[in-house]
Amino acid sequence: MENLAALTDEALKLVADAQDLAALDHVRVEYLGKKGQITALLKSLGKLSAEERPAAGAKINEAKQVVQEQLVVRKGAMEQAAIDAKLAEETIDVTLPGRGQSNGGLHPVTRTLKRIEKIFASVGYAVEVGPEIEDDYHNFEALNIPGHHPARAMHDTFYVNSEQVKSDGTAASDAKYVLRTHTSPVQVRTMENQEPPIRIICPGRVYRCDSDLTHTPMFHQVEGLVVDKNISFADLKGTVDQFLKAFFEADVPVRFRPSYFPFTEPSAEVDIQCTNCGGEGCRVCSHTGWLEIMGCGMVHPNVFKASGVDTETYTGFAFGMGVERLAMLRYGVNDLRMFFENDLKFLKQF
Amino acid sequence: MKLSENWLREWVNPNLTTADLVEQITMAGLEVDAVEAVAGEFTGVVVGEILEAEQHPDADKLRVCKVAGNGDEICQVVCGAPNARPGIKIPFAVVGAALPPGEDGKPFKIKKAKLRGVESFGMLCAQTELQLGEDSAGIWELAEDAPVGADLREYLNLNDQCIEVDLTPNRSDCLSVKGIARDVAVLNRLDLREPKITPVAPVIEDVLKVSLNAAEACSRYVGRVIRGVDVSQKSPLWMQEKLRRAGIRSIDAVVDVTNYVLLELGQPMHAFDLNTLSGGIQARMADSGEKLTLLDGQEITLKDGTLVIADDDKAVAMAGIMGGEATAVTSATQDIFLESAFFAPIAIAGRARNYGLHTDSSHRFERGVDYKLQTTAIERATQLLLDVVGGQPGPVIEVENEHAPKDREVTLRRERILSGLGFRMADEEVVDILTRLGLEMSVKAESGWRFKVPSYRFDIAIEEDLLEELARIYGYNRLPTKSISADLAIPMQNEASIGIDAVRSQLVARGYEEAIAYSFVEPKLLKLFDPEAQPVELQNPISADMAVMRTTLWPGLVNALKYNLNRQQDRVRLFETGQRFLPGASIAELKQEPMLAGLIYGPRFDESWTEKQESVDFYDIKGDLESVLALLADDASFSFAAAKHPALHPGQSAAVLRNGEAVGLVGALHPQLQKELGLSQSTFVFEITLASLAEARLPSFQPLSKFPEVRRDIAVIVDQDKAVRDLENTIKAGAGDYLTELKVFDVYVGKGIDPHRKSVALGLTFQHPSRTLNEDEINASMDVVVRSLEDTFNASLR
Repeated sequence: MENLAALTDEALKLVADAQDLAALDHVRVEYLGKKGQITALLKSLGKLSAEERPAAGAKINEAKQVVQEQLVVRKGAMEQAAIDAKLAEETIDVTLPGRGQSNGGLHPVTRTLKRIEKIFASVGYAVEVGPEIEDDYHNFEALNIPGHHPARAMHDTFYVNSEQVKSDGTAASDAKYVLRTHTSPVQVRTMENQEPPIRIICPGRVYRCDSDLTHTPMFHQVEGLVVDKNISFADLKGTVDQFLKAFFEADVPVRFRPSYFPFTEPSAEVDIQCTNCGGEGCRVCSHTGWLEIMGCGMVHPNVFKASGVDTETYTGFAFGMGVERLAMLRYGVNDLRMFFENDLKFLKQF
Repeated sequence: MKLSENWLREWVNPNLTTADLVEQITMAGLEVDAVEAVAGEFTGVVVGEILEAEQHPDADKLRVCKVAGNGDEICQVVCGAPNARPGIKIPFAVVGAALPPGEDGKPFKIKKAKLRGVESFGMLCAQTELQLGEDSAGIWELAEDAPVGADLREYLNLNDQCIEVDLTPNRSDCLSVKGIARDVAVLNRLDLREPKITPVAPVIEDVLKVSLNAAEACSRYVGRVIRGVDVSQKSPLWMQEKLRRAGIRSIDAVVDVTNYVLLELGQPMHAFDLNTLSGGIQARMADSGEKLTLLDGQEITLKDGTLVIADDDKAVAMAGIMGGEATAVTSATQDIFLESAFFAPIAIAGRARNYGLHTDSSHRFERGVDYKLQTTAIERATQLLLDVVGGQPGPVIEVENEHAPKDREVTLRRERILSGLGFRMADEEVVDILTRLGLEMSVKAESGWRFKVPSYRFDIAIEEDLLEELARIYGYNRLPTKSISADLAIPMQNEASIGIDAVRSQLVARGYEEAIAYSFVEPKLLKLFDPEAQPVELQNPISADMAVMRTTLWPGLVNALKYNLNRQQDRVRLFETGQRFLPGASIAELKQEPMLAGLIYGPRFDESWTEKQESVDFYDIKGDLESVLALLADDASFSFAAAKHPALHPGQSAAVLRNGEAVGLVGALHPQLQKELGLSQSTFVFEITLASLAEARLPSFQPLSKFPEVRRDIAVIVDQDKAVRDLENTIKAGAGDYLTELKVFDVYVGKGIDPHRKSVALGLTFQHPSRTLNEDEINASMDVVVRSLEDTFNASLR
């Protein structure tokens, strides 16, 4: 009994000095095990008187508990250290890039088209599409542009060789086909097939026989058409004005200039204040402060007649815009031709 | 239409600056394209006269001149111009003058100078030095009567701008100073100040017989003989300057006068040398094969449907387009016959273009010339001609047939103004605007009005045209603006339709960039991809490499690939959506089909520390395509089958089928094609109809089984040419109803296996919806599977 304190100190020191779990276990067995030295003291209790025994037993148990606690603490610390060491070992450079396929991107024209479609879809316009090789009737005649109309010169039209020979050797009809010069034929086809009210936009590729710094022989247009009762020029102005503000996400000034399109009357050209200089005048706007952005007008009665819409019941408006032009202004692209070169360094920016 | 601002202001002079005037007419629909000063900015230049010109003592090319004009002083000026000689009047920049700025933007100051030892006080100027003409050959010789000492700017009326108006084709009425002035007058509520045009009394009796033999094409012809003209007379400076500022070069007095009337009033005119005409004049359609040598020297074989002016023997002019050379006015001309006619737009439209011509005259006639203007114009021209070249005029010959255009009337309903423009315009304003525009009210009724349309407004035919006129003059930007009101009916939404956006997003997520290529391609290139195709050809392609419509999207993607490879990119993943054009037996049967196509090339992944730089193979692109098909949640409907295509590797290409119908292709470019295209690595492509990607399968819930799954793996050895898809189908057929999943987890070829055979390892998962499957059942299924594989594919278990 007299050496209890010494034994306890000895055990605690060994616990503290133990370097691994085995050493720790050794201490446990040596002092607290069945044959352990502290445990052994319990056996010597028999030599004591009945009065002394409880107190002495309590002391020994107390010492056992102290050592046991220290063992647990020390073991916990060792396990924690082992985990820490393992974690340290497993540490990686989290700044390295992740694994897997990199993302591609949408073409800026698609991006712009989607934006335009979304804006109009949000107020209930439907999207209509149509053929790109179009017959003369839908591209011109039905739009009030007869054969020798001077407005045909406004459209540098690609004509399609339509004299292809049929299998029986006879020449096919000599009906003229063109690459559509605008998406307006889609409007005509829609009016032929649907009853008003009509609220549509017609996005798509169009073609003009023109190629220079500011023209590509193919580009994209979105046209819109609204046919209903009581549609006035005021509705047209409101629609165009709101669209442009929505598109540019800015309270951009918009103005309407009288113009001429065979398929609308009255017709207007729409300008927005130059988005580059804010109207001060710069290279982008040819120092006018304004940018021509779209054409529009009230649908010409002849167009309605050609498509079977009753001109006394219905009125309507139409508008059309070049998608590349909008994309250029929106994203600051300064060369139209880049849209069709498909340079990855260009495409990856959108 | 280009014109001088000062000329316009002679007709109507609103109290507006140039900028405001330009803005005003632009906003009225006459878009001003450009405003240019008619001369450079300069000061201190006067009309000078060379009194003496002597050789410079030390310089061959210089002359020492004595020049009057700077006040009373006679100045010595050294001049290098070859035409410097006594007696001529020239622009004289005196000491202190500032000439138009050069490249540096600073005005060029004239100072006292010494040239090769001789003092010089000023400079004699060429047109180019003052930026008011193209002539730089020598100093500019002014008219003999130019007042010496006068400020050149004032003398030449140089404080003026050229205004270029880009007219829309409907506004033929504005193809003249008068026409534009008319609109400006209306916009400013001013009256037009027209020059006085009085009929010139004939002094001789001579007339030509004029016959109109082309019905509607020429319904009015006005002519006049003028004898004894002196064509050596130059047209006056003011006329030359007005022409110049309208972009027309001075030719000779007769041509200048006809051009002047064209610009002033809008009537194209022509002058014939009377003595080259035989007999009378007639307007008729060209005879087939008839020839005519035009003023520009080219001989034209006239086509049917071309209106000509002819004398008794021959065609002498392509009516309304260009005169003939043989009957043109020359320096030897003494007697002329003036023509002022009305040719119907429909008779002229497109004709000039047919011959590759476009003239000021055809431009106007095809858009519409005032059909009541002919007599006024010929009187105006006569008056101007007599002033310049003299001569004795005959009586005006006027011939008209029953086809002359009739005056039109248009009804305008008051309610239509409200419904069309969205507001009520006061009656007085309606009438005022339209009357000022030259319309005449013929009826006033409760509901509105009827107006007679003036003979120069070819664009006004219906009520809407009047609405536009009202809106235009009132001001588009003053008109009300509102939002559309509509019934908010909720439309059907097709959930199964996944839309092209989802397809695009999927490919973008797989690392593809979206390309857009031209729909027309080079025929030779297309042939490489689609040797059998007879593509739709363009009649007028921009260039040979954009001559036919694509029958596949691959050439465009390959072009884009090459473009990028040439720009140091080594990894390219592109897709495009767009139509292909599959010709049918006739153009009407042409199929225009929206397609989705993709291309991959180079390493599988972007260069990265995580991946080895391995090149893509067939299964990469197939995986990408499958990920798109997976959007449709309808795997069972799609299958791939080995296929042959001339552009693809015969052993690495597959047809994509949906419900058994071929809808696309995927594969490696044929190595030979790859080589021809100059591509160093294998290139993989796919193309599929967008129609086949339109409809997805809607989810349809299947109850979940609570009972355990059992998986059995087998490896079978089969001949290498056996398709795993066929093995799978056989397994599915034999495994019974409780096979829930079948996976291929290994394919092995090589050591330990007959070189003609391969080992395919498959995992089969079984599950029963309502109970636990027992061993015997599963073993029985597996036995069936193994037996059928053995029977069908000569398979052996590994």
